[in-house]
Amino acid sequence: MKTNFPVIVVGAGLAGLAAAYTLARSGVEVLVLERGDVPGAKNLMGGVLYRRPTEEVFPGFAQGAPVERRVTRQSFWLMTGDSAITAGYHGGEWMDEPNAFTVLRARFDPWLAARAEKAGVRIINETTVTELIVEGGRVAGVRTSRPRGDLYADVVIIAQGVNRLLLEQAGLAPPLEPREVAVAVKEVIALPRETIESRFNLEPGEGATIEMLGQATRGVVGAGFLYTNLDSVSIGVGVLIHQLVETKLNPNTLLEGIKSHPMVRRLIAGGETKEYTAHMIPEGGYRSVPQVYGDGFLVAGDAAMLCNGIHREGSNLAMISGKLAAETVLEARAEGDFSARTLSRYRARLEESFILKDLKKYENTNEFFDHHPEFFRLYPALLNRAAHEMLTVDGVPKKEKQALVWKMVRRSRAPWRVARDLYLAWRTLG
Amino acid sequence: MNIAVCIKQVPDTAEVRIDPKTNTMVREGVPAIVNPDDLHAVEAAVRLKERFGGRVTILTMGPPQADKSLRRALSLGADDAVLISDKAFAAADTFATTYVLALAVNKLQAERGPVDLVFCGKQALDGDTGQVGPGLARRLGLPVLSYVTGIRSVDPAGREIVVERKLDGWREVLQSRLPALITVGKELNEVRYASLPDMLRAAEYRLVTWTAADLGADPNSVGLRGSPTKVSRSFTPPSRRGGVRLIPGGDTDPRRAAAALADVLMAHGVIGGRGEDSPARAATTVRVG
Repeated sequence: MKTNFPVIVVGAGLAGLAAAYTLARSGVEVLVLERGDVPGAKNLMGGVLYRRPTEEVFPGFAQGAPVERRVTRQSFWLMTGDSAITAGYHGGEWMDEPNAFTVLRARFDPWLAARAEKAGVRIINETTVTELIVEGGRVAGVRTSRPRGDLYADVVIIAQGVNRLLLEQAGLAPPLEPREVAVAVKEVIALPRETIESRFNLEPGEGATIEMLGQATRGVVGAGFLYTNLDSVSIGVGVLIHQLVETKLNPNTLLEGIKSHPMVRRLIAGGETKEYTAHMIPEGGYRSVPQVYGDGFLVAGDAAMLCNGIHREGSNLAMISGKLAAETVLEARAEGDFSARTLSRYRARLEESFILKDLKKYENTNEFFDHHPEFFRLYPALLNRAAHEMLTVDGVPKKEKQALVWKMVRRSRAPWRVARDLYLAWRTLG
Repeated sequence: MNIAVCIKQVPDTAEVRIDPKTNTMVREGVPAIVNPDDLHAVEAAVRLKERFGGRVTILTMGPPQADKSLRRALSLGADDAVLISDKAFAAADTFATTYVLALAVNKLQAERGPVDLVFCGKQALDGDTGQVGPGLARRLGLPVLSYVTGIRSVDPAGREIVVERKLDGWREVLQSRLPALITVGKELNEVRYASLPDMLRAAEYRLVTWTAADLGADPNSVGLRGSPTKVSRSFTPPSRRGGVRLIPGGDTDPRRAAAALADVLMAHGVIGGRGEDSPARAATTVRVG
């Protein structure tokens, strides 16, 4: 029985499938090992999939892929318990030239996997890789949960997702820290598509996304989200684990809070909850990216901490990193060298791409918000109160109202501190 | 021993809903699985092959997507798999299904030698009739051993098999000549966790497809045309009201309450008085309070 493969990919998520598909299209035999019943069975994603990066890896995917809606409306809510300041962008051009789709991964991934299989990728489901086989200091293969389950490969692409146990076990990455990981909980709530379209003011096929800050996470660093699918909405919240530990908040409590917010409640009223899921999100950013290459292995996607929480991007980083890993493997094959020396070009590719450039840009974000919780607590409340004051018509002259607002701000936080907060936020995020 | 196993791909009824308006099964988006009883049939066949040698061939009649089920069966150690697939077979009832399966078993015998045993799951998760196994046996002229819970002995040379069946309240031991057809359920064995080489072999296996023409099937005997069964109406039965009866005194005199509970359970046939377990028939929930 054949036990040697040119390339073994651990995990049939977006990173793993992107790597495998890219290799198979170049004629390389590749085996993907997936622990779920089918690809997509173990994933959780809010549900926004960007078209261009997906297209770059899977050309023409939009014809035939089971996507939910074309996102044409993106909103941002800064919430208190019963109010919100909202901002957003409605891109009419996105209907003709989509920027992003909402997807349900349990539908999307099996489709993508079938496409990869057609291109020659071999996927074995229900098989967990339990450890890396290390021989002579290099990763030589994988050990699986199955009887007679050892397999060898020239190179192993580790795309096992956020919980990168293989790397930790082999001493290639430290254990995840609660600071580096968020936990997200999500419900999929079924609603008739006409109801969704009328409640969110959408044309058939159009989709909306709402990101929620402030009261949505009760001031904890994180965000709530609500995305429209075809016949359902995905609603959830993601918060950093260490903040949950410190505040003793339960993510489910936060989600229930969002669902009962007067502005959200009416959007999901009458819906039936079809799914409840929870998952970790790698939010450690640039400084938490582990060693992504070594003798005989590469790491892609969430396993490599490639996730941009500020812009809710993850799937695109996963797919492009998978593709870059595959391209590096193609070079290594041409040179017949799978040592760290050749595979290090993967890291260089990541650095040159938007992936590590974006993560580097936001490398101080987590630390910043950790030290400035007022952006999730004080400021959303202040802005809402200011808006309330200015927009309430009650005979008080506007000048006096402005003075009231300033007084309110000054009482909450010294003006020089507000200025400093804003300056630092601009330095961190700008 | 040459063994044929007939399997069926079914919707995972754990995830099936009934559309309240049309009273039909909502199949959309429901994952397809191998009928659970059929996996035990495959396991039994592979175990016999491992003991006595020979080949195990899996047969399934279904759409092209049923290849997933064939590969699942192959991963358990079966040697070959045939997809019996043709648009003409659509909407077949058990009568038309057994007609096609009988042709397939005969084609298999013509090509690869006589079959010693045919295994089927005892019934399918979706149709639930339990007719295909016995019907196929009748068409093949084989003795049928249904609801088999144990295989006591097999004598390939002496052309004989002894099996156990579990019936309401007693066990039956049956001896039969070979070839025979056996239908089985989950009591028979534990389905193995496939080895990785078998998983790989199953994934790479090149399936053979037999069409109506390959089998020389009479067009009037297959699919909807060959199906005498007419479904006049399907409906969702009203949900049963589980009555809850409270047996008092559990906190003060538990011994007496337990005895009273046992009386009720025995009266409902939930537990047997003869030391032999019998199937549960209780529609009533009894709670000790």
